Amino acid sequence: MEPADELSNDQASLELDADPMRLNMGPSHPAMHGTIRMVMDLDGENLINLDVQPGYLHRGFEKSCERGTWAQVFPYADRLNYVSPMLNNVGWALAVEKLLGIEVPERCQYYRVVLGELSRIADHFTCNGASAMELGAFTPFLWLLKVRDWVWDILERETGARMTHSFGRIGGMAAPPTPNFKDDVRHLIPEIFKVVKETEIMLLRNRIFLDRMQGVGVLTKEQALSYGCTGPVARSTGIPYDVRKDHPYLVYDRFDFDVPIGEDGDNWDRFMVRLEEIRQSIRIIEQALEQMPDDGPVNVDDPRIVYPDKKDVYTTIEATIAHFKLVMEGLRVPEGEVYSFTEGGNGELGFHIVSDGSGTPYRVRVRPPCWYNLAASREMLLGGMIADIIPTFGSVNMIGGECDR
Amino acid sequence: MSQAVLDRLSAQLGDRILETSDAFGEHEAIVAVGDWVEVAQFLKDDEELQMDHFIDLTAIDYPERASARFDLTLMTRSSVNGQRIRLRTRVKEGEKPGTLSSIWMGANWAEREVYDMFGVEFEGHPDLRRILLYEEFVGHPLRKDYPIDKAQPLVPYREVADITKLPPFGIEEGQPFARIDWEARLAGGDQQVSPAIGVQQGQRRTLSDSEAAQQIQARIDARLAAEAAAAEAAEAAHAPEEGPGK
Repeated sequence: MEPADELSNDQASLELDADPMRLNMGPSHPAMHGTIRMVMDLDGENLINLDVQPGYLHRGFEKSCERGTWAQVFPYADRLNYVSPMLNNVGWALAVEKLLGIEVPERCQYYRVVLGELSRIADHFTCNGASAMELGAFTPFLWLLKVRDWVWDILERETGARMTHSFGRIGGMAAPPTPNFKDDVRHLIPEIFKVVKETEIMLLRNRIFLDRMQGVGVLTKEQALSYGCTGPVARSTGIPYDVRKDHPYLVYDRFDFDVPIGEDGDNWDRFMVRLEEIRQSIRIIEQALEQMPDDGPVNVDDPRIVYPDKKDVYTTIEATIAHFKLVMEGLRVPEGEVYSFTEGGNGELGFHIVSDGSGTPYRVRVRPPCWYNLAASREMLLGGMIADIIPTFGSVNMIGGECDR
Repeated sequence: MSQAVLDRLSAQLGDRILETSDAFGEHEAIVAVGDWVEVAQFLKDDEELQMDHFIDLTAIDYPERASARFDLTLMTRSSVNGQRIRLRTRVKEGEKPGTLSSIWMGANWAEREVYDMFGVEFEGHPDLRRILLYEEFVGHPLRKDYPIDKAQPLVPYREVADITKLPPFGIEEGQPFARIDWEARLAGGDQQVSPAIGVQQGQRRTLSDSEAAQQIQARIDARLAAEAAAAEAAEAAHAPEEGPGK
């Protein structure tokens, strides 16, 4: 090629095409968590317009719930946020229990808290690990997932399944805690602390990681409120809203824990809020294990709601009939409408349920925290660069199963 | 949730608040469709309420209710004082409530979802497209009269002309594996899948006079007529074949 100064004027004035380029990312793309599509207009590497299109994982959760019994929703609820299914299970159980006007025994409430906080730890480990991996730090990802597996080992011993437990029941849990439950969890806690510490040592002074996270994907407090963001995304912008603190359910009002908040609402704050929440979850678990009674019933004492003991089902006619009625007709939930919300892995997980008094839900609406967090992700991404989609989108932690239902 | 919000609303807006309730400790105010946007704006702007945190907006379908088919519910929260409120309005089929997306940005996606799932359109919405389903989807699946296993037509390859594909299955197969047969129920039939639900339990009226029920009855009648006509035609086609043989 000739040197520039020897080119004629016409050739020197040639410029690249300045029209914005329309690029389609997803729905099946390695950088997109789950299946989601983004259509963007690019000016060079800068995003000047963006359309986020969810829905590729829609499988009719709400419609399916209107088909069976109240108890048959548990397996579906598992698959909402499949990284922390226990939180969804308990959320659904609490919603139906609110409509029924019952409260589970104290031992069960503590049990739910401990299992739920373990799930939350697993959820945050997954999100933070994946965020680090997408920026090239593969080791923290593997280390965090190693501990997540230990958490899941405990859940597996308790429930029989690693991920989709279907362990919650209306009016209790499927089984009481195993004898070694408390010891297992207590042994795990130092390991979790250790790995969180190691992750911090590896990442928090890494120049590349800092540059990609700090000041990128900024969401302001006003935007977060207006978009309906909750959970770590909202807390990273400085909104101290945590359902466990503001509207305590189960026995959360008995624990001493902090709600970590950020200041800038960027990727860094979201990462750090999640990391700190792991520590707070461990604080809750430690207190809950201390206070949790070792004996006592787990399920409410009401044969219209809770399945009879399997031993009785096979030996007595009363239990057989009760079991048959509960399975075939489902439990009766009185007519009414409630909105019950808990703190899920990503924020306020709400179940808005309507009952017409029969054994089938009339309407089930899930308020998925991801849905509104994802809607706000447009604000975080717009004006940034295309490469920043990956860390920002990772830190929003969109879970397709929950978002698209 | 808070009673103070309801008191403030009743004091400031008076008879525009049609009804209030506090069932299950959840405070709720019902307004007319025409006041929907204004009351929502008041919730956000009022210096005492400051409901700046959008929580959720959704709809509930009551096809058997003659007055208005859909319930639209909005939940908001105040980040200042932590109070929550649920606002509700009743929307007739085809009626267009105003959009709240200029008040809370989160309402944009929520309204798109309600439009997608229930077919309720919002006046003034900046971008009312389907969000979870695709453009070519026929019907609105969370309506009670949408059968859960209804087959959708195959979507032809987009932007390519002259490719037509037939639906893989027949027309609506009903809802055989559900506990409530909504089509039969809306048409006033007594057929229920589960014995635990039905007239005997006081769960449903024997006959519905709503518009939706009549539409469904018309559809069922048309289908039965078509089936009868098809059977007749088949018989007629069959008869001449045998004729010459005799």
